[in-house]
Amino acid sequence: MTWSEMQPLLEQACWDTLYMVGWSTAVAVALGLPLGIVLVLTDRGGLLGNAAANKVIGQIVNITRSMPFIVLMVALMPFTKAITGTTIGREGAIVPLAIGAIPFFARLVETSVREVDGGLVEAVQSMGGSTWTVVRKVLVPESLPSLISSATTTVVVLIGYSAMAGTVGAGGLGDIAIRFGHQRFETELMWITVAILAVVISLIQFAGDYAARGLHRRGRGSTTPRLRFLQHGYPAEGAPMTTTEAATQTSKTL
Amino acid sequence: MITTTGLTKVYRSRGREVTALDGVDLHVKEGEVYGVIGQSGAGKSSLIRCVNLLERPTAGTVTVNGRELTALVGRGARAGKELREARSRIGMVFQHFNLLSSRSVRDNVELPLEILGLSGRERTRKALELLDLVGLSDKAKAYPGQLSGGQKQRVGIARALAGDPKVLLSDEATSALDPETTRSILELLRDLNRRLGLTVLLITHEMDVVKTVCDSAALMENGRIVESGTVSELLATPGSQLATALFPVGGDASGPGRTVVDVTFHGDAATRPVISQLSRTYNIDISILGAAMDTVAGKQVGRMRIELPGPFEENVVPIGFLREQGLQVGIVEPAEPTKPADRATTVKEGAK
Repeated sequence: MTWSEMQPLLEQACWDTLYMVGWSTAVAVALGLPLGIVLVLTDRGGLLGNAAANKVIGQIVNITRSMPFIVLMVALMPFTKAITGTTIGREGAIVPLAIGAIPFFARLVETSVREVDGGLVEAVQSMGGSTWTVVRKVLVPESLPSLISSATTTVVVLIGYSAMAGTVGAGGLGDIAIRFGHQRFETELMWITVAILAVVISLIQFAGDYAARGLHRRGRGSTTPRLRFLQHGYPAEGAPMTTTEAATQTSKTL
Repeated sequence: MITTTGLTKVYRSRGREVTALDGVDLHVKEGEVYGVIGQSGAGKSSLIRCVNLLERPTAGTVTVNGRELTALVGRGARAGKELREARSRIGMVFQHFNLLSSRSVRDNVELPLEILGLSGRERTRKALELLDLVGLSDKAKAYPGQLSGGQKQRVGIARALAGDPKVLLSDEATSALDPETTRSILELLRDLNRRLGLTVLLITHEMDVVKTVCDSAALMENGRIVESGTVSELLATPGSQLATALFPVGGDASGPGRTVVDVTFHGDAATRPVISQLSRTYNIDISILGAAMDTVAGKQVGRMRIELPGPFEENVVPIGFLREQGLQVGIVEPAEPTKPADRATTVKEGAK
């Protein structure tokens, strides 16, 4: 297979992957974020403390998460058909991808939001804030860097899942690697696909980390009293960081 | 301004019950700084959280600024609209500041104003005004992570004042600060109390806080208020634990057969040379074992532990003389070997 033959194939595959991952991420974030927050709020001692609701939602999330993606995809076929009108092609893949990613992202959101200091919630309540105000003004903004990291992880996982979706004819890079690379012994094409995936995933991870760290740097990451004297020596933003500071921030991001 | 009656809070967890508040009656008058002091676990935090109903009391009532807050509680766990409205008129300052790290100082102060629904321009104007009031107008654009502890607490205070409250609750506001910063924050609270007529209810475990800013104080132990009153009333109460703790005097008798007496001076008596008069009138030698003098609310007060020769029976007349001079006199019984000297029981008999 020559490069001129491969190029259109790869180009199309790249777009298909981006399309599937893009849409399913959008859906997963739109539904997983509220779900994760509800999990925190309904937990015992939470603002909406409701043990029964928490248990039910938690169970649904666990069941969906424990299901292997390939089984989920097949099991969801009737549902997918009802929504998109097809079970194959990139549209057909978006539904199972999104459904698979929602509980995954929701659990990550739950962990991130739980990290928010309870004192901040109390402070907003003491100002007369409602539960909705707490969510909007405290829980989400305060956990934003961590939420962005969670979204990045979800995108990376979805790229992996989307390759599996290739097996039901969804197209995309994974599909190319299997159909041409594996089944037709086009080893060269397979390695190119692997390289593209590696580059794409690195780029996404880098962008995610960059965004999360950018938010983190805004006055955060310097709360450690030990480092306060270093902070005073430098102008606030865009200042060169000392190695210690940089190290702390990296470890916090991790 | 703040009144609680029979306030009780019981925590239940796994079938076990812990009584944090056991029928607390608190009366904070308008415009005063009221300190509640006690060791950790005494129920101070529960008390202050019950005042704005962050914690829902098991029984009893809370009235703030003529409004019975306990009556505003809905049936569910969430705070209803009326209660939230009432809370927005009660400022609260926290030990760990509780500032949002994702917002700049100005935006932190604007937060309560957002909740109150003010327009953007109004919020900015008010926030800058408040930052000016606490002396931080140059830090408006900084983030909390870039501030020192004292500065953070100033932001916390500015934020608490955003809703133009009549009442400020301070939950160990200075406990995470060093002594120097503590002093400046307390001065700020005192200043706000005078300038804005703000009623301040503060809880603390530091006697110095009570000494520096409080008009009145209460001592909490095991969920109950065991002593309360204005600071000068407390000092005038013989055997008051708070007075003893505010002005600790120590010292053991130098030998058997001597009388140890705690004398509390305040008001007029503090300025008269009572001890030397006593010595001259009765021709006795007096040794001073310990003494503490300070200025509380602009008045000089002090305590002194003195030793008179001979047992109590021989010293009835000189002690009577001290009482005639308007001093509070407590006879210290010889310390038991197991007890440290400063915890020696003071006999509860006072001046008429």
